[in-house]
This record gives sequence, structure tokens and C-alpha cells, in this order.
Amino acid sequence: MGRQRGTFLENYAQDMAIIRTRLQWAMLFIFLLLLFSCPLFLSDRALTVMTMIGIAVISVHGLNILTGYCGQISIGHAGFMAVGGYTSAILSAKLGWPFWATLPCGALGAGVAGLIFGLPSLKIKGFYLIMATIAAHFIIVWLILQLYGLTGGGDGLAVSRPEIAGFTVKSKGSYFCLVMAFACLATYTAQNIVRTRAGRAFVAIRDNDLAAEVMGINLWSYKLQAFFIGCVYAGVAGVLLVHYYAFASVDLFPFMDSVWYLGMLIVGGMGSTLGALFGAIALKLLDELVTVVGPGLSAIVAPQAAASMGLIAHGLVIIIFLIFEPRGLAHRWELVGAYFRLWPFSHEERE
Amino acid sequence: MTYFLQLVVTGFSLGIVYALVAIGFVIILKCSEVFNIAQGHFVLIGGYLGYTFLVAFHLPIWACLLMAMATAAVMGLLIERLTLRPLVGQPVLAVIMMTIALASILEGLATLIWGGEYKTYHGLLPTLSLHIGEISVPSESLIGLIVSGAAVTILMLFFHYTKIGLAMRATAEDLQVVQSAGIKATRVYALSWVIASVVGVIGGILLGGVSGVMIPLANVGIKAFAVVLLGGLESIGGAIVAGIILGILENVAAGYLDPLLPGGGLANVFPFIVMIVVLIFKPHGLFGQVRIERI
Repeated sequence: MGRQRGTFLENYAQDMAIIRTRLQWAMLFIFLLLLFSCPLFLSDRALTVMTMIGIAVISVHGLNILTGYCGQISIGHAGFMAVGGYTSAILSAKLGWPFWATLPCGALGAGVAGLIFGLPSLKIKGFYLIMATIAAHFIIVWLILQLYGLTGGGDGLAVSRPEIAGFTVKSKGSYFCLVMAFACLATYTAQNIVRTRAGRAFVAIRDNDLAAEVMGINLWSYKLQAFFIGCVYAGVAGVLLVHYYAFASVDLFPFMDSVWYLGMLIVGGMGSTLGALFGAIALKLLDELVTVVGPGLSAIVAPQAAASMGLIAHGLVIIIFLIFEPRGLAHRWELVGAYFRLWPFSHEERE
Repeated sequence: MTYFLQLVVTGFSLGIVYALVAIGFVIILKCSEVFNIAQGHFVLIGGYLGYTFLVAFHLPIWACLLMAMATAAVMGLLIERLTLRPLVGQPVLAVIMMTIALASILEGLATLIWGGEYKTYHGLLPTLSLHIGEISVPSESLIGLIVSGAAVTILMLFFHYTKIGLAMRATAEDLQVVQSAGIKATRVYALSWVIASVVGVIGGILLGGVSGVMIPLANVGIKAFAVVLLGGLESIGGAIVAGIILGILENVAAGYLDPLLPGGGLANVFPFIVMIVVLIFKPHGLFGQVRIERI
């Protein structure tokens, strides 16, 4: 990781710090200030898009820990989000629990679901695990539809907007701030989780699980931990999504979302917190572009063009990234960053 | 008892179709170790191609089949050359994401070209019907049986008696040895995609002739994964046996349990339950190779 010339690391704490220079602190502060003042000057439409991006960021951070760091590929992430969302919705709609109590329960519920469907990962990997997680998604959705008394089945379940300390998060602006607060927290924890002992174990398992086991890493424990952590993030994202619409329905968690979360990881760059961030933003903006351009295209080409364009655009973006930029936007960002750091000299002190 | 037998027979016909889709999947997997998530979308494209050639172009059935197979071959070649060749040697996830992206693009193209509407050409395919006692054997199961039987026989003969077939089997066995023997692995990969897409398209034409074509037809592909896992990833014979087992199980379970469940729809989720059970207890399926890993 490159750093500005003239920045010297004199102790361990400085070496481990994520944010090293005053300039970086100032930039972070300005970014956060700008982010949280967005409701003041952005339209409702832009706020909705950014809220969706925030929720996707939280979810993709979870998937990044599970898939990008631990190497356990999951195409059932939307299913785990559904578990979190529904747990919270049931607790608040049927038992009248407040939002701050249902959120951890939703996260925990999704984590436990992740543990259950993570069990096959102890015996299988690669394609087999993908199949198991796809199966997890469909089984979860089916169960939600079956448990009619509890979840409202296909009719869905109405929930109230969250209320925190007497303040109802009702407007788009306030909900945007809530989601962004969680997104920032998720980014912060995700970046730090991967630097712990567990995070290093995840990387070892991803790179070579047999070697990791020989080194004394308990595969059983760490794989399940990865599933748990990844699904807790998904649970939080699910809770926020359900409360945003004030309505829990399986339509909020389509199977293709699970696929696109993985696509976001590919586009952003796997095994990098920054990558999860970039990927979620990039693909959600692509979605937005399709929604904006779609109707015009439909008028010119054919009425169904708008519907097909989303699918084709997503597919093409993923294909292009897989072939030409397999390490994702995060890698490109680092290259650009290094270019500007080094300019006008083309060398850097080795670390 | 009649109800049960009827369920079994209908399930059998369903299973044959699953098996046909699964065969294409297994061929690609064996030759190039690519898990083709888009196999179900070949079926979808096949169904729509059948509609185009039979209804829009008024071609006779044999010409339709030939044209569809030629289109499928070109499609398979293009897909292999443009998207999968650059990924040779990449990790499993990259390859799988590629086929998922392909699935997405194929679905988008089907929506764009054919409007994603329900199309049917019922009655244009030759129909057969058979009644055994009180049970009627649906035409789709007879045609499916004949076609998949023919497809499997041709493939078996091809694999055993042609030189390129031998090369394909060898590639499945050991890539390095094949390359040092002077066989072009890329040609084998291309051919495996051509075969898989042709098989998928034929399946699509058959399915479309019986029950019509619509975008959800592609979900046959996802169900075929359960078949492949149950039968063992590397076994064509296993795919057929498992397809029939799964089709019958699914239909019987749905027939008896759906009335008891409020939401219904067991048939849609049943393959996934089978998948999880197989993965936990017998990850290599009925006829798959057990891999022993060494560092």
C-alpha cells in the first residue's frame, strides 16, 4: 500500500492505521460532512438511489468477507437478506418491538440461517457450494411463502417506519442518513474484520484450504464464522430494505439480486473493502442508467428493449470486467492513485 | 393407484427433459471443467428458434431442426471463442460468473428479439399418444424419450468411435497429456460447447412444441443442476438416471404434498431440497468420481 512521500511510520499503531495523514483525515471529514448533508440539496429521487446504494454496500461487504476473503462462493445472499428482513418485520409487526431491538435480531437471524446453509461448505467447495447456496435462496423464499401465519406469505407484511429515541425516521432524507450511518459502520467494521486473526485465517482458507488446515487453522470454525459474519451483514441490509419500503415481501429479494451482488464484487474487485464499495456503487448506477435510458430506447427500438437492456448491460459489464479487468475497479483505483502519488517521478521508496 | 402411476409417468417425461439439459451440462464440464449456468438458456433460445423457423418461416420440421442446430452450433462457437477462451486457467468463480453473465445476456436477447412473450407452436410437431390402461402417456414423454435416447446413442457412438471423440474423452481425463500428444485442447473446448448448445436447443424445440416457450423456461437449467449433482458431475449415464429419478420424485411429492401445504409450489423447490441433501450426504452423487485431494 503506497503512501505519500515524507510520511514515516514510527510505531506499530501508525503502521496499522488505515488513515495515516492529516490530509486523509481532512478528506474523510469533508466526505462524511458532504455525505450526511446530501438530504439538504439532493432531490428525493437521487436520495432513493443513494439509499439503495447504501443498502447494497452493506450487503456486498458481507459477501466480500464470505466470498472475497474466505473464498466461499455464495449465490444466496438475497435469501439471507430476506431472513434478516423478515425476522425484523415479524418482530416489529407482530410483537411491536422497536426498531433498535429488531435490527440486531434480524442480523442474528440471518447469521444463523447462514450458519445452517454454511454447513455443506465443510464438505464441499467451488461449484458444489454455489449450488448449495442457490438452493438456500430458493428454500428460504419457499419457506417464507409457506409460513403464511407468520410472514403473510405472498401478501407480504406491513411494518412501520423505524423509530429511534422518539424520532420517526420517516422522510427520505432521514432514512438516507440512517442507511448511510450503517453503511459507514459496515465499511469500517468490514475493513477491520479482515485485519484480525479471523480475517487472516479467511485469506489462508481462500488461497489453499488444505495448507491452511495443516497450518493449524480450524477450517470448520472459520468457514462457519465467515458464513455467520457475511450473513449478519446481509441481515442488516435486509432489515434496512424492509423498513425502507415499510413492507416485507419476497419480491424485495429476487434471485437475480444474489447474482448481481456477486457481480458487484467482480466489478469492484474481490477481497478488497474498497472494491465492495466501488462495485456496489457502479452496478447500482448502471441500474439507474438503464432506468433512465430504457424508456427512450424502448420508443426507438422496440417496446421490450427497456426490459432486455438491463439484463444485457449487466451481463456485458461483468463479461468485460472478467476479461479485461479481473481485479476490478479497486485495482484500477490503486493504479491511478499511485500514478498521481509518484508524479512527476516514476519511482517510490520501497516499503 | 392410477393417480400414483399417472404422476410417475408425467414425472418420467419431465425427468427426460431434465436429463437432456443435464447431458449438455455434463459434456462441457467433462471437457473443459466449466460449469455452464447458461445451459437452461440454451433451452430457452432453442424454444424460440423453433418458433421462428416453424411458425414465422413456415419451414418443415426437418429443416427447422437443421437450421436450429446450425444456429446453435454458431452460437456455441461464438460463446466459447469470445467469452470462455480468455478465461482458461482462471479461478472457478470467474468462469461461473462468466456463464451467469452469458445467461443474463441470452435472456436479454431472447426478450429483445422475441419480446419475452408466450409463444407456442403446439400441433406443428408430430404427436404420438399412448394409453396403457387408464394411464395416458403424454406425447412429450414419448418424443422426449426417443430424442434423448437418440441423442445419447449418437453421443456415445461419437465419443467411442471418432478420433475427436476420443480426444474429448482424453481431455476430460488429463489436459497435459492431451496437449503433449499434440491434440488441440481449444478445438475440444469449442466442440464441447457446440455439442452442448445443440443438445440444449433440441431440448428447447421439444419443450416448446409441447408446452410453449416463455422466459421462465430457462429455469429448467437450474433444475438440471440438481440432476447433475445427484447423478454425479462427470457421468452422462448418471445424468439420465438422476433426471428420471428427480422428475418422478418431484412430481409424486408435489402431487401428494401440495394439497396439504397452504402455499403450494413444492415442485419448484423440490430439486433444491434434493440438492442440499445430496450435497450434505453424498457430494459426489450416484455415479460421480470421488476426488482425493493432495497438497
